[in-house]
Amino acid sequence: MSNPICHHQFFHLVAAHGKEIIREPAVIFWGIIFPMLISLGLGLSFTQTRDVVHHVGVISDSADAGQNDSKIHAFLREHGQKVSEPTDHAPKYRLTVENPQLGDTTFVFTQTDWKTATVLLKRDRLHLIVEPAGGDIAYHFDPRNPDAELAYLKLTKAISGKPVASPEIAGNIKPLTVTGTRYIDFLVPGLITMGAMMSCMWGISYGMIDKRSKKLLRRMVATPMRKSHFLMALMVVRISMNIIEAVLLFIFAYLVFDIAVQGSIAALAVIFLAGNIAFCGIAIFVSSRTATTEVGNGLVNAVVLPMTVMSGIFFSYHNFPDWSIPFIQKLPLTLFTDGIRSIFNEGAGFAETTIPAAILLAVGGIFFSVGLRVFRWH
Amino acid sequence: MAPAVEVQDVYKSFKNVRAVRGVDLEIENGRFAALLGPNGAGKTTLVEMIEGIQKPDQGEIRIHGMPWKGNEQRLRHIIGLSLQETRFIDKLSVWEILRLFASFFSLGKNRVNEILELVGLEDKRQAWVVNLSGGQRQRLALGIALLNHPRVLLLDEPTTGLDPNARREIWSILLDLKKGAETSMVLTTHYMEEAEELCDHILIIDQGRVLREGSLDQLLADETREKIIEFTLDAAGLSKETVSAGAPFSIEWDSFNARGTVILDHIESQLPQFFEFLHQKNLHMKNMECRKKTLDDLFTELTGRRLHE
Repeated sequence: MSNPICHHQFFHLVAAHGKEIIREPAVIFWGIIFPMLISLGLGLSFTQTRDVVHHVGVISDSADAGQNDSKIHAFLREHGQKVSEPTDHAPKYRLTVENPQLGDTTFVFTQTDWKTATVLLKRDRLHLIVEPAGGDIAYHFDPRNPDAELAYLKLTKAISGKPVASPEIAGNIKPLTVTGTRYIDFLVPGLITMGAMMSCMWGISYGMIDKRSKKLLRRMVATPMRKSHFLMALMVVRISMNIIEAVLLFIFAYLVFDIAVQGSIAALAVIFLAGNIAFCGIAIFVSSRTATTEVGNGLVNAVVLPMTVMSGIFFSYHNFPDWSIPFIQKLPLTLFTDGIRSIFNEGAGFAETTIPAAILLAVGGIFFSVGLRVFRWH
Repeated sequence: MAPAVEVQDVYKSFKNVRAVRGVDLEIENGRFAALLGPNGAGKTTLVEMIEGIQKPDQGEIRIHGMPWKGNEQRLRHIIGLSLQETRFIDKLSVWEILRLFASFFSLGKNRVNEILELVGLEDKRQAWVVNLSGGQRQRLALGIALLNHPRVLLLDEPTTGLDPNARREIWSILLDLKKGAETSMVLTTHYMEEAEELCDHILIIDQGRVLREGSLDQLLADETREKIIEFTLDAAGLSKETVSAGAPFSIEWDSFNARGTVILDHIESQLPQFFEFLHQKNLHMKNMECRKKTLDDLFTELTGRRLHE
C-alpha cells in the first residue's frame, strides 16, 4: 500500500462506509432481493391473462313460487352449473364465459334474499344484485364501482346470448404484450427510483443520526478529518450501492419479463445519478440536526411516504385529482421516475431528460448546501 | 514557553444549567492533571471546551498559546482525545478503525501497528468492535487518542465502568506515556485513586467551580497530621445528639449504620481521650479503623457530599 491514495482519508472513509453496509446481511435482502420479489409478484399478477370472477346475488323469495319461472332462473337452470355443496349453504350456480384473448369470466350466482344480498354487497362480496322484474331482469349495482359496471355489461351480454366480443370485433383486439407497454414495464423503472430514494433516505439519514447518537460524529470531527470528505464518501458509497441494486433488478426483470431500455443509456445514467444526488442531498438535510433515531424515523417517513404514494411508482398519478397533478409532477421522485420511465419505455434521450436531470441536481445541491450549513456534528 | 493548557475565567450554561462558572486553570508542559469531581460537576463541559468541541460563553482557552479560533486545524493535529462514551462502527475491525483515524492524520500502517502494541490489542486486530469487551473498547479509544503523538491528551472519564483489572491496564499505558514526558494530559474522573495514581496536579471541581487545586501533597498538606478514625458501635438506633453530646471533638454520626467518624490532629493525645469519652458514655466499640485523610474526605469537607454520591 505504498500508493499515497491508500493513506488518503477519503479512500478510508469510502472503505469504512462500504464495509459497514456490506457487513449487514439484511442489506442484501432489503436492497437487492426484496425489490426483485416485488417486481416478480406484481409483474406476474398484472401481466398474466386474468381470469375474472364476478359474484352476483340472485333474489329468490321462496314465498313467491312464480319467481322460479323468471327469466334469470330459467337462464341459470339452462346455462349455469349448479354448485353441489356451497360452503355457506346458499344455492349457487356457476357460469364461465371463455375468452382466450381477454381471459375467462366466471359468474358465481348466489340465490339469496334482499337483506342478505345488501349485507354481502356492503362487504364487497357481491358486485351485482339481480332480481326478477315482470318478465325481465332488474340489475342493482353501484355505478361508481368499475368492477360492478363491468360485471353488469358482461352479464347482460351473456344473458342475451351474445359473446363478450363478436368474432369480427375479437379480430380487432390486439392484446398489448410488447415490451414497453405492459404493467411490468411501467413498474420496474418505478421500483428502481423508489429503491434509490429509500436507500438514500434511510441509509444516509438513519446512518448519520445513528452515528450522531453514538457520538461518533463528534469524535470524528475532533480530528483533522475534512467534513466534506466524510459526507462525499457517504454519498459515493450509497450511490454505488444503488447502481448495483438497480442493475441487478434490471437484469432480473430482463431475464424474467424481457424488459428493455429503449432510449439512451447515457441519458439514463445521467438522470439516475442526478436522482441519487437529489435524494442524497435531501437525506443530508433531513438528518442535519436530529440526534434521536425515533425523530429520524418520523422525518424520513414524512419525506418518503407521500412521494411513494403520489409519484406514480405502482399506479399512474393521473388517478389523483386534476388540481394536484402539477404539484405531483414537481416532486423529486416524480421527476426522477418520469425521466427514467420515458427512457425505458418511450425511447427518450437527453432531449427529454436534461431538464428533469438538471432540476434534480439543483434540488440535491440546494438541500446539500443548506444541510451542511445547519449540520450538527456534535 | 506557553503552558500546555490555559483556561481563563471560562463560563458555560445550557438552558437552565450553569455548567461551568468562572474556571481558571493552567497545565504546564509535560504535566498530568486531573479534574476530580462527582457526576454533574461540570468536568465534561470543561474538558469539551478545552477540546474545542464546545465554545465557552465567556472566557478564553489556549492550547500551547493558541486559541481555538483561527487555529482549529493546527490544534486538531496536536491534541488527542477520548470522549466519555464513543461507540465506534460496530462492524469494523480494530485495525480498520485505527487505519481510518490514522488516515485523518495522514499516518500509515506503521503507526497503527505501534498503537496496537502500545494498547495491547495486537491479538484483537481483526476483531470487530462489537465483539470487544468494555476494557478493550476503552483501550481502542485511548489508542485512537494517541495515534498522532499528541502534545496534549484530553481524556474524559477513560476508566468509568471498567473493572479494576481493566482500569489498571489503562493506568499502566498512561504511566508509560508519562515517563516519556512529551505529552501533557488533562483527565476527568470521579475516582480519587485514578487522580492520585496518574496525576501530579489535581483540581477538585464541583458545581462548575474549581474548589481547590494543587499536587496531592499540597492538597492534603494542611491536614497531613490529621487522621481519620472510623468506628462502629454496638448500639443501633442512637441519635447523633446522644453520641456526640459532650464529646471533646466533632463526631460525624450515621445512626442508620451505627457508624461514626472523627478527625484527630494529635492522635497520640486525642485517641485516649476518645476512648475515655466512649467509656464514660457506656458506649461499646465494635470496629475501629484509623487512616490518613484522602481526597474524598477533602471533597466531603469542601462540599458536604462524597465524590460518588
